[in-house]
Amino acid sequence: MWAYVVRRLGESLLILLGISVVTFALLYLVPADPARQIAGRSATAETVANIRAQLGLDQPFHVQYVRYLGNLLQGDLGRSYLQRTEVSELIAARMPATLLLMGAAIVVELILGLTIGVIAALRRNSALDQSLMVFSFVTISAPQFVVGILLLYVFAVQLNWFPIGGYGTFAHLVLPAITIGLLGTGWYSRMMRSSMIDVLAQDFVRTARAKGLGKLRIILRHVAPNAILPVIAMIGIDIGLFMSGIVVVESVFGWPGIGQLAWQAIQRVDIPIIMGVTLVSACFIVLGNLLADLIAPLVDPRIKLK
Amino acid sequence: MKKTLATSILALGTGFGPVQAQDFLDAKQGGAMIVTYKDDVSTLDPAIGYDWQNWSMIKSLFDGLMDYEPGTTELKKDLAEDYTISDDGMTYTFTLRQGVKFHNGREMTAEDVKYSLDRVTNPATQSPGAGFFGSIEGYDAMAAGEADSLSGVTVIDPYTVEIKLSRPDATFLHVMAINFSSIVPKEVVEQYGEDFGKNPVGTGAFYLENWTLGQSLTFARNTDYWNEGLPKLDKITFEIGLEPIVALLRLQQGQADIPGDGIPPAKFLEVTQDPAFKDLVIEGGQLHTGYITMNVNMAPFDNVKVRQAVNMAINKDRAVRIINGRAVPANQPLPPTMPGYAPDYEGYAYDPEAAKVLLAEAGFPDGFETELYVFNTDPNPRIAQSFQQDLAAIGIRAEIRSLAQANVIAAGGEPDQAPMIWSGGMAWIADFPDPSNFYGPILGCDGAVQGGWNWSWYCNEDLDAAANAADAMTDPAEAEAREAAWRDIYLKIMEDAPWVPVFNEQRFTMRSARLGGPDAIFVDPVHVPVNYDFVYSTDVQ
Repeated sequence: MWAYVVRRLGESLLILLGISVVTFALLYLVPADPARQIAGRSATAETVANIRAQLGLDQPFHVQYVRYLGNLLQGDLGRSYLQRTEVSELIAARMPATLLLMGAAIVVELILGLTIGVIAALRRNSALDQSLMVFSFVTISAPQFVVGILLLYVFAVQLNWFPIGGYGTFAHLVLPAITIGLLGTGWYSRMMRSSMIDVLAQDFVRTARAKGLGKLRIILRHVAPNAILPVIAMIGIDIGLFMSGIVVVESVFGWPGIGQLAWQAIQRVDIPIIMGVTLVSACFIVLGNLLADLIAPLVDPRIKLK
Repeated sequence: MKKTLATSILALGTGFGPVQAQDFLDAKQGGAMIVTYKDDVSTLDPAIGYDWQNWSMIKSLFDGLMDYEPGTTELKKDLAEDYTISDDGMTYTFTLRQGVKFHNGREMTAEDVKYSLDRVTNPATQSPGAGFFGSIEGYDAMAAGEADSLSGVTVIDPYTVEIKLSRPDATFLHVMAINFSSIVPKEVVEQYGEDFGKNPVGTGAFYLENWTLGQSLTFARNTDYWNEGLPKLDKITFEIGLEPIVALLRLQQGQADIPGDGIPPAKFLEVTQDPAFKDLVIEGGQLHTGYITMNVNMAPFDNVKVRQAVNMAINKDRAVRIINGRAVPANQPLPPTMPGYAPDYEGYAYDPEAAKVLLAEAGFPDGFETELYVFNTDPNPRIAQSFQQDLAAIGIRAEIRSLAQANVIAAGGEPDQAPMIWSGGMAWIADFPDPSNFYGPILGCDGAVQGGWNWSWYCNEDLDAAANAADAMTDPAEAEAREAAWRDIYLKIMEDAPWVPVFNEQRFTMRSARLGGPDAIFVDPVHVPVNYDFVYSTDVQ
């Protein structure tokens, strides 16, 4: 077990290293000159050259990358070109908001996804089942910016139930959490449904029924706990999905997390921030996958970690 | 003989209308407002901040020797109590106000003025505004890293500072009013180093009370402010991260007071026609011109007739309609509110038939193929498509290259990459209200270098000489002659037609009913976008 964890962590580091090389190279190739952006439109060529030298941007690619990596190993993500602030500080300031949104989205998708899945399985092939599955299909396919704007328009602008974007109270959290959570809701409800159907067909369910247990008791004590395990194992992988969703959703709702930071940085080609957010999200995805693999044998003892 | 320059001589026709002093200067202090923005505030370091979002925030936190009358482009003294200019126009002596305190309680002195100018011109500071100080004696040594102090700036006594120039510079007082020459306290700058921009301390009307990264900033009233009666508000909260449309909805529901990014184009007609809100909409001019550049070094735009033909082919009225009439058509580089504008000049009238004839004379009866670079955010690609149709009407087949802002700017700075660029979203907005500010970087030889902003690569040595001569006319008595000299320069440029001046954008913003103050301060031409110091709250009146 521990040998497995250590080996996987080692592999994760290699993956992160690979991501850093690729991202750094792509940003290096972007045809925009950071030194000119910093220098502004009134700068002389001399000023621009001076800034380029101070930032080390006149060095060849491999020198720049090795220096970035060296700083990274010391926990230094560099300084934003435009905000002139430590990238680590900018990310740290926004991390709580992103984690809160992520946590809330997991709660949303578990509650909605599991409920829908259970109901659909129990009413299998009914009209209710079919409409729930259509709903789950829609939530999987709908682009998040459309869902977000739609929710914002209906529940905040028209009905005035929630604030129009922003951050700070529980009411602010509801709509963005639902927007992100709906995607997972679709997956979870479909998984939960098929998992429930599998379990319902097992012998022990028939035994329970034969010994005269109530229907609700069978579902809650015997079927659902068994059916839920494969779904729980998905949460780790979900973290990766979240990371791709937060950029859009945070921007739509004005949610001050790292997704919004990334969006602003991309628009302004603020390379140190783009690098920093990419690496931090990559860490989340890699760790999430690792978590999913570690949980798997707990859920299904037939899986052995090697 | 030394003479004191009356600011009224520099009072420049602005077109913003007179601001009635009594209306708002007597307003009671107190109250608060919420201003919203989409993007993070980048930095509040006056030596570094150079975008229209932090521009007036910095002006409210800091002061310089000079400033402008609220809502106008008229220079006035700020931290300078008075100043004299030597007869040859080469030495400025400023007397400072006494008893002005930084937010940390220390008194501001002449040493701080010198320190601030040394800091902004020091290459290590990486100030985007360093170039504005090029006329101060010793600037070149600073820029080259050979000196750590400007030899031309001398502290005479704690309240007197003398600045010697290396060449006459008629724009020097404007330079002393620009954010980059704000006075900063040395000990605080050294304490925070590169993080001074997050911990700004100045002498301004407000001080920074709180900054929650990515969420909000709070400015609180500087109760010790030297200019009594100012600022009007006790508190300004800047909420960050709100899309302009969301910001507008919040204003309409009473959750915000000013949408800092203005009224989003998509909502413009709706808001301006809504009886509940149309009276809260404020329109103002700005020192802006949107233009198409033609690279004069790239065939066929090296032929002046081709450039003139393009000037006649562009339907500017339609471009204005695309942005819902939020602009006025332009026929010359300077905007109408800028001194030196030629009101009688008619420019190239829209005439596709004449353009075709001219194009045929130039040897292109069947037109040619070219590329039009454009910044990829709405409405710029739509405007570019309108130009594309205009050009097609005279046979020019232009392919639109729609790119991120930084990439368009990079393409324009290459000598042979972008034959045509539409400047929308990146257009020149003057740093200060003087005609010279529309020349050097964008139409002069200095800007026609790799990585420069002169995207037409137009370089006319004669005009450069004329520009230098005009800027050497520092005697206030010559102000009119200087303005005329600049007017001639821009009209000569139009003969060579390196640009198609398309329109001058108007600014539109809104304010909630609980804010008071003349319209002009909400669309201040210099304290862009809003002159926060003078806004008052109707709740406390």
